[in-house]
Amino acid sequence: MERIVVVGASLAGLHAAEALRAGGFDGSLTIVGDERPLPYDRPPLSKQVLAGTQQLAEIVLRQSSTIDVNWERGVAATGLDLSNRELQLADSRSLGFDGIVIAVGAAPRRLPGTETYANVCELRTDEDVRRLRALVEAGARHVTVVGAGFIGCEVAATCRGLGLDVTIVEPLPAPLARVLGTEVGHVVAGLHVEHGVEVRLGIGVSSFEGEGEGEGEGEGSRCTGVRLSDGSLVETDVVVVGIGVIPNTGWLEGSGLTLDDGVVCDETTLAAPGVVAAGDVARWPNPTYGGELMRVEHWEHAINMGTHAARRLLAEARGEPGEPFAAVPWFWSDQYDRKLQLAGRVRPDDEVALVAGSYAERRFCVLYGREGRVTGVLAMNMPAKVVRYRRALADGVAWADALADAGA
Amino acid sequence: MRVVVDFDLCESNAVCMGIAPEVFEVRDDDFLYVLQEEPDESLRPKIEEAVARCPKQAISIEG
Repeated sequence: MERIVVVGASLAGLHAAEALRAGGFDGSLTIVGDERPLPYDRPPLSKQVLAGTQQLAEIVLRQSSTIDVNWERGVAATGLDLSNRELQLADSRSLGFDGIVIAVGAAPRRLPGTETYANVCELRTDEDVRRLRALVEAGARHVTVVGAGFIGCEVAATCRGLGLDVTIVEPLPAPLARVLGTEVGHVVAGLHVEHGVEVRLGIGVSSFEGEGEGEGEGEGSRCTGVRLSDGSLVETDVVVVGIGVIPNTGWLEGSGLTLDDGVVCDETTLAAPGVVAAGDVARWPNPTYGGELMRVEHWEHAINMGTHAARRLLAEARGEPGEPFAAVPWFWSDQYDRKLQLAGRVRPDDEVALVAGSYAERRFCVLYGREGRVTGVLAMNMPAKVVRYRRALADGVAWADALADAGA
Repeated sequence: MRVVVDFDLCESNAVCMGIAPEVFEVRDDDFLYVLQEEPDESLRPKIEEAVARCPKQAISIEG
């Protein structure tokens, strides 16, 4: 294997490239990414960068400047020809390769009917945050956040910190309900209400009202209000949409790879001979969960899977079998002065047991369980607890034993 | 080898503690404590992993 191309210049791709070099690959290594800046860390975007306390230069990932690669930044991959081993680029060039790492991530889901509004934003890239900050600096007073997922909740918290009025609109009965269940979701709702956010739960968006349609060529029109499903109108200056992401697989249609809510890999991260995938875009049977096909969108997962995928590719080049990639998902979210962390694979209807702290003081640890096993651990401002339980999660813990240990 | 933590950056995510509990401990006060500032060379791979996986890039190794 003499030429490896990593498609995707973010966390998974960068760590894959680093692991390829660390694993002894000394051939030609190219990283292709559709964004122009050096790879940067995304979690600060919805927090420090939106708040204006960190700039892009401060969140550039340190490997970006140390790694020995050829960069192709600011150009998207548009096609993959596996029989000729060629990657097609948006500027009509193509890159030949012997091995390829697909780590192109995912893109925010958009709300239909908002495309023409200049003040409706998603939040995924540095450019997205610049746009949102420009709207705030231009004098926006009120922000409507559609979708109370992690991005939406973090944006709401940061905007409150900037002194803006914030309304969150969420069709589910609680924020983060799909991830944490409604009991813990209500605690998160309370946190936002305490900080002065108007939290509208169990209600959808029916339409957007705007002005200036057809005017100001190139500028687009402005959304002035969000009409909710109960008929009420939220007048607003900015709308931030955080309703999930879709894996970036459009360019791989017809490539022969299996695409089904992501690039489907085997348990070692191999998608086809010489092709591995990692990060948000990759779906693989996770051995920790009996081979359940999953796609994980978390920060640490991108590092671990990127690293694993690189080693898998090198093993293939040596004619060795690959190791399975087993993972217990873990992530964190910072909102106001609270840090939420979740480890495990939780379903909204899992049993919930409070094992430390209290909801009222917004400092607690809960365990989730199903069918007699612990499925996850979540803490608000108790990070050490999550670490301790996380190790046990990988081995499998009986629900009754965990509760007895916790004295709950 | 010397382990250096930038406590202005550290957010007590406790990832390092999961990887190298001999060296890093987040206590009940939610602060990170470095248990060994000059750990044995045998711990280097674990500490390098902790450096790589710190969400705030707050850990570094000198020497």
